[in-house]
Amino acid sequence: MSMIHPAPASVDAAASSPIYALQAVIREYQQKNRKIRALAGVDLEIREGEFVTIQGPTGGGKSTLLQMLGALDRPTSGAVKLGDVDVAKASNAKLGRVRATEVGFVFQGFNLIPTLTAHENVDMGLEPLALTGADRASRVTEALAQVGLAERADHLPGELSGGQQQRVAIARAIAKRPRVLLADEPTGNLDEHMRDEILELLEGLNRDGLTLIVVTHDSAVARRAHRRLRLEKGSVREI
Amino acid sequence: MYWTYLRRELAGRKKQTIIVAVGLAVAIALVIVVNALSAGVRDAQAQALESVYGVGTDLTVTGAAAEPGEGGGQRFEFDSEAGQTEDGTTSVSQSRLTADFMRGTLGASTVESVASLDGVAAASGALSLTNITFIGEMPDRSQMQQGGPGESGEPPSGGPDGAGGSAFDLNSFTVLGIDPDDTAVGPLSAVEVSEGRALTADDAGELVAVVDATYATTNEIAVGDTIDVGGSDVEVVGIITSTSSDADTAANVYIPLDVAQSLAGLEDVVSTVYVQATSADQIEAVQAEIEGSVADVTVSSQSDLASTVSSSLSSASSLITNLGTWLSILVLAVALALAVLFTISGVTRRTREFGTLKAIGWSNGRVVGQVAGESVIQGLIGGAIGLAIGLAGIGIINLISPTISSTSSTTGQGGPGQGGGPMGGGFGGMAQQTATDVVLHAPVTLWVVAAAVGIAIAGGLIAGAFGGWRAARLSPAEALRSVG
Repeated sequence: MSMIHPAPASVDAAASSPIYALQAVIREYQQKNRKIRALAGVDLEIREGEFVTIQGPTGGGKSTLLQMLGALDRPTSGAVKLGDVDVAKASNAKLGRVRATEVGFVFQGFNLIPTLTAHENVDMGLEPLALTGADRASRVTEALAQVGLAERADHLPGELSGGQQQRVAIARAIAKRPRVLLADEPTGNLDEHMRDEILELLEGLNRDGLTLIVVTHDSAVARRAHRRLRLEKGSVREI
Repeated sequence: MYWTYLRRELAGRKKQTIIVAVGLAVAIALVIVVNALSAGVRDAQAQALESVYGVGTDLTVTGAAAEPGEGGGQRFEFDSEAGQTEDGTTSVSQSRLTADFMRGTLGASTVESVASLDGVAAASGALSLTNITFIGEMPDRSQMQQGGPGESGEPPSGGPDGAGGSAFDLNSFTVLGIDPDDTAVGPLSAVEVSEGRALTADDAGELVAVVDATYATTNEIAVGDTIDVGGSDVEVVGIITSTSSDADTAANVYIPLDVAQSLAGLEDVVSTVYVQATSADQIEAVQAEIEGSVADVTVSSQSDLASTVSSSLSSASSLITNLGTWLSILVLAVALALAVLFTISGVTRRTREFGTLKAIGWSNGRVVGQVAGESVIQGLIGGAIGLAIGLAGIGIINLISPTISSTSSTTGQGGPGQGGGPMGGGFGGMAQQTATDVVLHAPVTLWVVAAAVGIAIAGGLIAGAFGGWRAARLSPAEALRSVG
């Protein structure tokens, strides 16, 4: 197991401090009396401002790694450091605060609440932050404008296209102003045109300094990253 | 945002919200109606008791039941000269005032003894009697004495049918001898004078009476008339009605206690002492003290007396207490089970939603609060509908105002022992009963409304607790993985 250091994808990223430091991370599951090893000793460092893609076969541990990075899951052994926080050792409340402030999530299925408008869905991401109503409203408006949906704020998800729904999900993730945006197959449910729109949006956010980690099967997405990782049989390597 | 999310979720799951709310509504409506009916029946029982024992009577003291052969009272006796003979028919009529059959009596001094005890606010004695009038027509007996059976071979003539036959009739009414100077406790405390006047202290020793309004109407008795009580003409000075518009008074005729004792030949005795305690918490102590200090008496409290109220009122009470309560509990349990199941299934269906919320930083407490809040609101909607249905049900019951008959039985228990009904009391009947028709009202109390709201909130909280517990156990990673 060799430590994978970031490739010098950009001058800014190379000069920045690491946002993630994973050491000998193992994650095992018990499934029907079988022990599944999703991550088999991952060492990885990701610096602030990087755009990293993670590829690999289905069942290779990509989503597990993403959940570890998003403080949604803990390793069976090893250390996952997000800034100063060790995900393996932090309390559930601390992990909740990390997710609320440091990490933004974008899912393949958008995961919007169908009964709430675009504005309200974005607002849901700010719920854990103790902001005033005015602050929240201004952040929501700003995030929707950033993803180009200022005019569709009062639309329900069902009234939006797939690409627009994913933009709302991205707005929900960035409204909290996180340090890192984690995206699990963000273009998996979109056609080529919409995929490009979303990628342009994500690239723009990255250019503004947001660390971007994207799990994808799509080589077109991977090609636009600064750094490409492949996760196979629980082990990660640079491509 | 909390309320917006909650409102949209409930509106988005109309079917589930309606089923849970309606289930709780039916249960809450049942609880409200059953409770109101129970209160109504309790009121009716109190009303029935009040008509018999008066307002404010906490205890009654009665003598031990008489042995068979005792207390039979006077007999009807006709000598050869009795009656008036006209056209071969002899008419006889005789009234007797008797103590109730097998009813023990107490010495009149018992009233003073009881009144002097600690914790007794007032005590009043009464003598419960039955006036029986024997009216008969028979052939002229002088014909029979002249001939003798088998001698002349001619059948007797005369009598009501003109062929030697006879006809007899028995009329009875209940008489209560009361102390006219002390009517604050006892049966006359629950009456009001509708015509004439009430008995006063000056009436002691006088042949005067007040008559129950229903009895007076039935027998066409008015103030100023005289009635035959125990063979004496007694002047009616007043007509009284029960303060409860739905019940008759305790007896048909009320006369001064000393007059009753004299006419019945029962000097210095009473059948019942009505006792009022100084306070409700003194009742048990007073009961014990009377039992300890006065020999051979039965002391009954209101709860003992309540058990003597029978007939359809008792059936209604039993029906509501048993069937109504259990039905309410059953429906409430089913409604709660439905609410819990729907909430849990809702959480399961929303696994991805809650996983996402946890992923974007929502705490467990916030997610649980959301689930519980939705359940409580469903419960409150059910509570509001249930309250409306329940109040409508109570309104319908009060509109119909069903009449329930109650019978206060005093067999072996004591009490005034008024005769009622066609047979009258004390003439061969073991049980002394007073029949009263009581209109059943279902009162709406603040407690009923509070109970409905309480059940609604509790139902919502219980369902929310299960749903919240389920939501809290969801690991965000597992939740997202399971639907990924």
